[in-house]
Amino acid sequence: MENLKEFNVDGTVYTTELTKKFERRKNWERPNPKNIMSFIPGTIVEIFVKEGQEVKAGESLMILEAMKMKNQIEMPFDGVIKKIHVEEGVKVPNKMLMVEIE
Amino acid sequence: MSLKRNILDLRKRKEKVLQGGGEKAIQKQVAMGKLTARERVTSILDEDSFHEYDMFVEHEARDFGMEKKQLHGDGVIIGTGTIYGEPVCIFAQDFTVAGGSLGLMHARKITKIMDHALKMRVPLIGINDSGGARIQEGVNSLAGYGEIFFRNTLASGVIPQLSVILGPCAGGAVYSPALTDFVFVVENISKMFITGPEVIKTVLGEEISMEELGGAKVHSEITGNAHFYAQSEYECFEQIKKLLTFIPWHNAKKAKAFPPKPPKPEYKIEEIVPVDPTQPYDIRNVIRAISDDSDFFEIMENFARNIVIGFGRMNGETVGFVANQPMVLAGVLDCDSSDKAARFIRYCDSFNIPIVTLEDMPGYLPGVDQEHMGVIRHGAKILYAYSEATVPKITVIIRKAYGGGYIAMNSRHMKADFMFAWPTAEIAVMGPEGAANIIFRKEIMNAEDPEAMRKEKVAEYKEKFANPYVAAAKGYIDTVIEPEETRSMLLHSIEVSNNKVDRRPAKKHGIPPF
Repeated sequence: MENLKEFNVDGTVYTTELTKKFERRKNWERPNPKNIMSFIPGTIVEIFVKEGQEVKAGESLMILEAMKMKNQIEMPFDGVIKKIHVEEGVKVPNKMLMVEIE
Repeated sequence: MSLKRNILDLRKRKEKVLQGGGEKAIQKQVAMGKLTARERVTSILDEDSFHEYDMFVEHEARDFGMEKKQLHGDGVIIGTGTIYGEPVCIFAQDFTVAGGSLGLMHARKITKIMDHALKMRVPLIGINDSGGARIQEGVNSLAGYGEIFFRNTLASGVIPQLSVILGPCAGGAVYSPALTDFVFVVENISKMFITGPEVIKTVLGEEISMEELGGAKVHSEITGNAHFYAQSEYECFEQIKKLLTFIPWHNAKKAKAFPPKPPKPEYKIEEIVPVDPTQPYDIRNVIRAISDDSDFFEIMENFARNIVIGFGRMNGETVGFVANQPMVLAGVLDCDSSDKAARFIRYCDSFNIPIVTLEDMPGYLPGVDQEHMGVIRHGAKILYAYSEATVPKITVIIRKAYGGGYIAMNSRHMKADFMFAWPTAEIAVMGPEGAANIIFRKEIMNAEDPEAMRKEKVAEYKEKFANPYVAAAKGYIDTVIEPEETRSMLLHSIEVSNNKVDRRPAKKHGIPPF
């Protein structure tokens, strides 16, 4: 037994080893609706909006191509584009911040 | 032509096939630190027991210049032989022949030996070392994989199926091992993935090495795809042979019995387990203290280490052990450990192996991460597997048995045949701290010194409920035993369960929470 740590289950503290998988787990964060994240790894093929532009809910912001499918990224509500973090032609990993809106 | 000339001609033809992909390809295989397919087969089987079939099979591909290529045995060796004198069927992909790629005839050879294994009710050992589908054969190679997967599924639960990954096993090919009972991997040699590093890099921009993506360690520690991890091919072969000593040849048989042996005296059961339920110990030492010759053959040693599974013997007969491991994550149940245990329980049930459950766990692992990963659905697998199992099922509660975990770990309510508890057992709806906080919330809140009151109430709850006697009073526990009595109680209960008959409603099959 090595690397014993304290580990709380329902209020009781146990002395135990942890698994790598447990140590590597990510803490949950509340999703921010003002941040548009990639939902699949892929390539940005076209961006239709500019920073500062007013956009209506449902309008397309960009196309994220992944697994041979061209996915439209839609505006979730009426608002303004605050910042665009991606460019046409770049590859994006999953869960990456692409656009901030207000 | 004289008979002699015929025989000489046959020998010449065989010799050609035995060269596989030729000297150069064999040198390449050796340079990669790998044995050849034939060396592997003969190393696993009893000496001189291997008999090969379909040596002269040739592919029928006529596109992309394939008509000019002769591929010896079409890149796979099939045959029968014995291990410790008992018959087995075996196939081994030969990487030296067209990279072990799978074409139609290659697949037909494999399905032929699979059909034979199922009909003859003998174990099937498959050695995988292949670049994947033979692209030149197009949809025919996909058809080949499909026929193999279908047979894997038919044979599942009827004969043991062992997959040995001794090279690349990529794309669709990975699904045959995934459908079999036990997967063996070897450090630096085994590589399994659906999509290789190249594609991942070009499509997704993620850079990762083959080893990091799907090497032996990854599959034995993180994904849970592999059951046995070895440093060398020879160590792997020893694992295969040892596993076969514990399991029956088919589902209508019992595993072979060995002469009974007492546990080794250095495993003193009372000294292994600390009385304080928050202190860790290695549950495998308890298993060693109660099994014949202290020989415990662990399965999935490095995956979801918070639960321990594996085979041992009691009075010479194979038993399957399922045990919480307090040394890792306090022995909690979570998605991975439930999945690991459930599959093993179903294996034991399919192959007539009694299950001994050793329980010491504080419940299911709390956290958003677990809840969102589906701990409800995965945790349900263990309930399903225990409830469904009709082999003899015996539980020993060593210390903690709290909440949902108490129910799940082969409780009386899952129809355990025998329930034993040590006097240190704490069987309760939850741990004393949590329970006292809820039950005595008002008293604690209103006390002058809430912290002192909380401690008092926790102690009160511990005294009254954290023991085996409340459950024993209801008959949920059959008897409270001294730790030293554990082995003799288990031996006796297995013996009297020998003719157990327990029938379940007739159905096509259940719908387990896969």
